[in-house]
Amino acid sequence: MVWVNAIIQGILTGGLYALFACGLSLMFGVMKVVNLAHGDLAIVGAYIALGVITITHIPVLWSFVIVVPIMAVLGYALQRTVIQAALDRSVLTTLLVTFGLSVVIENALLQFINANSHALGVGNSIITGSFSIGSQIQIAYLLVLIFAVAVVVLLGLQYFLSASRYGRMIRAVADDREAAQLSGVDYRHVFGIAAAIAFGTVALSGIAYGMYSQFAPTTGTDTILLFAFAAVVIGGLGSLWGTLLGGVILGVAQQIGAQINISYEVLAGYIVLLAVLVLRPQGLTGRRA
Amino acid sequence: MSEPLLEVRELTVHHGQLRALDQVSLRVLPGEVYAIIGANGAGKSTLLRTIAGLHQPTSGSVWYDGKDVTRVRTERRATQGIVMVPEGRRLFGSLSVQENLQVGASYARPGPWNIERVYETFEWMKDRRSQLTAQLSGGEQQAVAIGRALVANPRVLLLDELSLGLAPVVVQRIYAMLPQILASGLTVLLVEQDVSQALRVASHLQCLLEGHTTLEGKPADVTPQQVEAAYFGLESSAPEGSTSLWSGSTPSSRAS
Repeated sequence: MVWVNAIIQGILTGGLYALFACGLSLMFGVMKVVNLAHGDLAIVGAYIALGVITITHIPVLWSFVIVVPIMAVLGYALQRTVIQAALDRSVLTTLLVTFGLSVVIENALLQFINANSHALGVGNSIITGSFSIGSQIQIAYLLVLIFAVAVVVLLGLQYFLSASRYGRMIRAVADDREAAQLSGVDYRHVFGIAAAIAFGTVALSGIAYGMYSQFAPTTGTDTILLFAFAAVVIGGLGSLWGTLLGGVILGVAQQIGAQINISYEVLAGYIVLLAVLVLRPQGLTGRRA
Repeated sequence: MSEPLLEVRELTVHHGQLRALDQVSLRVLPGEVYAIIGANGAGKSTLLRTIAGLHQPTSGSVWYDGKDVTRVRTERRATQGIVMVPEGRRLFGSLSVQENLQVGASYARPGPWNIERVYETFEWMKDRRSQLTAQLSGGEQQAVAIGRALVANPRVLLLDELSLGLAPVVVQRIYAMLPQILASGLTVLLVEQDVSQALRVASHLQCLLEGHTTLEGKPADVTPQQVEAAYFGLESSAPEGSTSLWSGSTPSSRAS
């Protein structure tokens, strides 16, 4: 029964990891940008949520209505300026630039806020509660909610990419930038839109993390970026469902590891990551390049 | 004499150290089918790509509809009516046939072409519209690439090496479609290694050799000997076996 519990908890935590990962996956899939500031941006989203909640007193759950658009605009702006400028030089430059961005964000947070941990307190609502199955399995509503949000976000993204005009252009630009230009598509603008969407999901993942756990300026790189990477690599790059699968596998591996010995939690996740890299480097759902 | 719709003035383009085009000029009148021929590496594709805006010239200018568009971005040129079918087709591999056409129509100018009309022109296409383009033959892919350009309703259609990598029969079939396409009032600038195909459809001919113009005129006014000399860069008689130029393929296209 403890193992069933570990697997269920792992699957649900996987939803959070998938939410971390989908922005990273989208940015790489479309722009070929590995955004090393991804985790820090999620934390920025969490801090913005904290600020919004403090000022407006709206419920934590609804903070995304304000935070997601802010982050989306920030994503478009960053893509059209700093990231595009890096892309125009070389793909490698984007690594350096987003790494720099990561350092700047982290230190700016330390400088202008502080190094203390914060959390997005949900207060006493149903979200903080849990329900139990049998005597040994306790499931937090918050984790179920986050998992559901992850699935909805992935479904929404999938639908947007396959059925909408801009989704089609995003896929076209990802396939062949030059050919898209020849059809009158301004790929810089399309990149900006893809970044806006990615940053929107980043904001959601930041809020979700803030509700799930405590966060500090360094949480972005320490936790979110690494787990997002692991989920993307395990699942396979560029596949949205692979991202969910990757997140779930990472979550389950961690929980099973923790069940064996609590200090194995993070290690177990990375062992699975390593195994995937060795046995199936393209990821579980990825096609061989 | 009417004003040219597209004009290139003394265009010089470098690829790094290499001078791909050297002071090339051309004037394309409305309704013309202007063919640029030349061997591999003559600078034909560079010329077309520079007109489309994918390369920036070192010097010289590109004029369209009386305006200097040399500094205008590729996508702006496309929406203004200069649309290219790129070499090697360059379809969007993860998109279906229909989606490829839809992307082509994203920023279409008003005009006679739409996706339905492309389906009428290429009858097989409608039944296979939901397939990925990788499942199509080379000739079919080329048709989709042409369709993708047509739905944008270009005024000037740039065709880069339609015959590349295709069987001669397929090439003939595609070129046989051209008059039907041209009937909608397009101006065409095409680049071709396959001289016989180019001559069949062209109303004006220009031959490039190592970045220079070596021959220019109406197909009726030039002799096969002149074309061969211009194509291979020979002053006098053509080399042995070069009559193959007229039978549908060139030595270099066979090699590729």
